[in-house]
Amino acid sequence: MSTLTIPSPQDLVAPAQRGERESMVLNMGPHHPSTHGVLRLVVDLDGETVVDVAPDVGFLHTGIEKTMESKTYQKAVVLTDRMDYLAPLSNNLSYVLAVEKLLECEIPERAQTARVLLTELTRIGSHLVWLGTHALDLAAMSVFLYAFREREQILDIFELVSGARMMTSYFRVGGLAYDLPADFSPTVQLFLDGFGRNIDEYEDLLTNNPLWLERTVGVGAITADNAIALGLTGANMRAAGVSYDMRKMVPYIGYETYDFEVPVGKNGDIYDRYLVRIAEMRQSRKIAYQALERLQHMPSGDYVTHDRKIAPPPKHEITHSMESLIHHFKLWTEGFKPPIGDAYSAIESPRGIHGTYIVSDGSPKPYRVHFRAPSFINLQALPHMARGRYLADLVALIASMDPVLGEVDR
Amino acid sequence: MDNQTVLVQIQAAFPATITEIDERHGDLKLRISRESLLAVMQWLRDHAELQYTFLESVTGVDYLGRDPRFEVVYHLFSFRHFHRLCLKVGAPEADPVVPSLTGLFPTANWQEREAYDLLGIEFSDHPALQRILMPDDWIGHPLRKDVPLGYEEVAFTFNQDRIYAHKPFAKE
Repeated sequence: MSTLTIPSPQDLVAPAQRGERESMVLNMGPHHPSTHGVLRLVVDLDGETVVDVAPDVGFLHTGIEKTMESKTYQKAVVLTDRMDYLAPLSNNLSYVLAVEKLLECEIPERAQTARVLLTELTRIGSHLVWLGTHALDLAAMSVFLYAFREREQILDIFELVSGARMMTSYFRVGGLAYDLPADFSPTVQLFLDGFGRNIDEYEDLLTNNPLWLERTVGVGAITADNAIALGLTGANMRAAGVSYDMRKMVPYIGYETYDFEVPVGKNGDIYDRYLVRIAEMRQSRKIAYQALERLQHMPSGDYVTHDRKIAPPPKHEITHSMESLIHHFKLWTEGFKPPIGDAYSAIESPRGIHGTYIVSDGSPKPYRVHFRAPSFINLQALPHMARGRYLADLVALIASMDPVLGEVDR
Repeated sequence: MDNQTVLVQIQAAFPATITEIDERHGDLKLRISRESLLAVMQWLRDHAELQYTFLESVTGVDYLGRDPRFEVVYHLFSFRHFHRLCLKVGAPEADPVVPSLTGLFPTANWQEREAYDLLGIEFSDHPALQRILMPDDWIGHPLRKDVPLGYEEVAFTFNQDRIYAHKPFAKE
């Protein structure tokens, strides 16, 4: 159990300052190109071997949970985009599902299907950033350019539906912010048709590349039991051989009706994480095709709940109906009031289990919001995986865990 | 595995610890006493049938004006039954201490540090109960309900003397 300890920076710095250790304590970050954000690592080095490493986080803390307590439920959606800025729609979904659980409201089929499609595109987009930056860290420059070429298409789709490329805020409590545009289906179809070949291109560059194998196979391996103990989730955990996926285990927004598989690795090393994420992109494409097919048979316009206490009435009703006008006024001046209680909902975000715990005191603003941020909890496994490896492997390890510091610090 | 099966087994093993049962929204939420937390957690983790081996989330809530003021909320997950269980423990304002779960679940380490940092709930026997998100010299616990939202004036060269004069660290 002792190998699972997580040192704090002072544990390593203090003995070095007293001159008690022969090893060198090196400060890496907070501004470092391969820490993927503002992450500081205090590394205890014996030559080039990592004796211990202490992650120091919090540089990007923006008090999102505190700020949310002063926003109405609907307005707080905007803040969720800012946590995991590579997968904003997954954050939206996690939060929105928790509020909908409190409200116990019905969501139209079209909205749920659009949510599935867009979160799977988010997963692909997020994995593409991971792939590009991971390869870049290990000196494979061209993969980065390929990956960002495809990610641009996904961001264009987000812009098409929500008007924003990254901070989408497209999922709202009750459904979607607006209906999907008319040219949505052909755009997504075009992307998905070409993307299968693109994944083959990435694989051609990396999967059997001797330099890539040298840097990744057997590096940073973690066992399934240790992964569970440290709370590692997402592709990191699946690579260790734990066949888990919230989409299969506790299905939400109708994932149980889609046909897909959960790719699982064996060794839990960096290479297996790579294989799992590549396979996940193929599965996401498969789910996206199914969702797109369903959307084409659903009438447009049915994108938000019909409960007027939660979602505002359509514009044309407001000019004719006094009741609609009152609903509209109440929703935009005060907001809706969920019943007193608490709710927890978790989804499978690109980084792992993203959970939202929300407490309502019956007022239009959340009493307490807490996010189980997968990046934050995954990062605890870094010391365990890095001990005894080379310093260069540490760079590969951070990239393979795919942390987003906006979500770590919130 | 459904909520009732789990509940019956826990009640049989710990007849006197559960003080409140909540099954709204289809989730099983139990309030247990602070003293029994470690025993219940260990029992749930090591139980051959239930196997709640995964501590999914640890967080705290400040119910200002209520007794006990603080509440620590744990979410356990069983990979065997795909079942989630929520346990809650209260901690009074005068003595906001809850036993740490780091010995049972190493993943509790940073999550408890976060609850300590932002809410001031202390976890006894935690290996390094330090601030994690806020700066080390921060005074107070920002997620407490008696801390106003507040705004910090940004310090530039022309106004830093005036701003720093109000900061506790400048007086050292």
